[in-house]
Amino acid sequence: MRTVALIDYGAGNLTSVMRGLRRAGLDPSIAASPDALARAAGIVVPGVGHFSATAAVGDAWREALLARVDAGVPLFGICLGMQWLFEGSAEAPGVLGLGLAQGLCQSLNSIGNQFGELIPDVISAKVPHLGWNVLAPVGDSRLLAGVEPGAYAYFAHSYAAPVGPETVATTTHGSTFASVIERDNIFGAQFHPELSSDTGAAIFANFARLVAR
Amino acid sequence: MTRNLTHLTNRIIACLDVRDGVVVKGINFQGLALAGDPAALAARYSAEGVDELVMLDVSATIEGRRARVDTIRRIASELSVPLTVGGGIRAMDDARAAFDAGADKVAINSAALATPELITAIAHRYGSQAAVVAIDAKWDRDRAVVFGRSGTAESRREAVAWAREAESRGAGEILLTSIDRDGTKQGFDCALTAAVSSALRIPIIASGGAGSREHFFDVFTSGRADAALAASVFHYAEHRIPELKQWLADRGLPMRMTTGTARPC
Repeated sequence: MRTVALIDYGAGNLTSVMRGLRRAGLDPSIAASPDALARAAGIVVPGVGHFSATAAVGDAWREALLARVDAGVPLFGICLGMQWLFEGSAEAPGVLGLGLAQGLCQSLNSIGNQFGELIPDVISAKVPHLGWNVLAPVGDSRLLAGVEPGAYAYFAHSYAAPVGPETVATTTHGSTFASVIERDNIFGAQFHPELSSDTGAAIFANFARLVAR
Repeated sequence: MTRNLTHLTNRIIACLDVRDGVVVKGINFQGLALAGDPAALAARYSAEGVDELVMLDVSATIEGRRARVDTIRRIASELSVPLTVGGGIRAMDDARAAFDAGADKVAINSAALATPELITAIAHRYGSQAAVVAIDAKWDRDRAVVFGRSGTAESRREAVAWAREAESRGAGEILLTSIDRDGTKQGFDCALTAAVSSALRIPIIASGGAGSREHFFDVFTSGRADAALAASVFHYAEHRIPELKQWLADRGLPMRMTTGTARPC
């Protein structure tokens, strides 16, 4: 079985993520040190909560992670882990993201919609965005292979990444944001595949195939 | 203006009231009757497209509480949708044990009334989305009074004010149960639900009183609920979840429709 290293920076509970990866035929374990990343065929960055939590991932971890990504190892960021792949977030302006995807994450209340307008309607679009919402694919995606347009996924977040060059699916809640990103060996999902029933299982299975290459 | 601001769906949540490892269901918080094996019910609801599952542990004995972790693990192994665990979560150690066993959220009720700081502690460690505050309320004339300890201990708190405080302390959702309606099948308390929902920004799960399909429609519309929770109408198959969701979707409510591709056993 292919080993996948999870980076645990104390943001949330990893039990369901581990279970979902195992069901996809992977062998996940929490990386005890940056060196452990060198032995993994894939890397997963889970996490929920405040962007400042990512500051707990120290320089040694960042360097080891970026070295493995440069070497072509598939990287999958989930929820806060996906936001961390971007340059940063308005939630914690002093904390740098990894810069593997372009743009800054913003509050769902302040991302302009496709017309560049802010929509202050908190009744129609409560924040946090919590529950099942629709994925609208944009172009081709290996991570989303076999996932039908309009498939539902389970979200739990207040900040999100803007639609950009890496976006392969968008979701609308108040505004339209990047719900799945993909570039080369870098992948991200704003929702929780481990809680997203058959849609999530298909995405983890696709990630398992990418790891196995 | 009809621009679609969100495609977020209304959620249908099945609740398993578990006592000493067995699913039970009471009426007006009393008179528990047997309804089955928790893992078997979880598997069935998952295959039927339930949006979430809540397990409330009402074990009376120490042995029952020790069995809780085992029950959570068995239920979680059947699921790939969120699992919330409540009942007997009194401190961070209880929450940690539930999360480690596979809970995605914990619901706290009496402990939050006694120690509101626990809400913040759970939200800080596991994220707000994992911190559900359960509020059991009962009308006293025009005032919705909050009760703790499975409806036996009247608090001085009023439901809307307490829900607001829970939100400000970091709760990610409110699980709001009407004691007056619980187990009666007379319909959700839409007035109570709407009062709390319109005062808060976080989602409200309405609970207590589910009987007919119309009750679900009413609580999502006039009750302004984000999710509706029920137990016995699902356990005894008075409503099957796919048909209930289809019926609600046919009436214009946003529901997550599954294609019926339940995994073969």
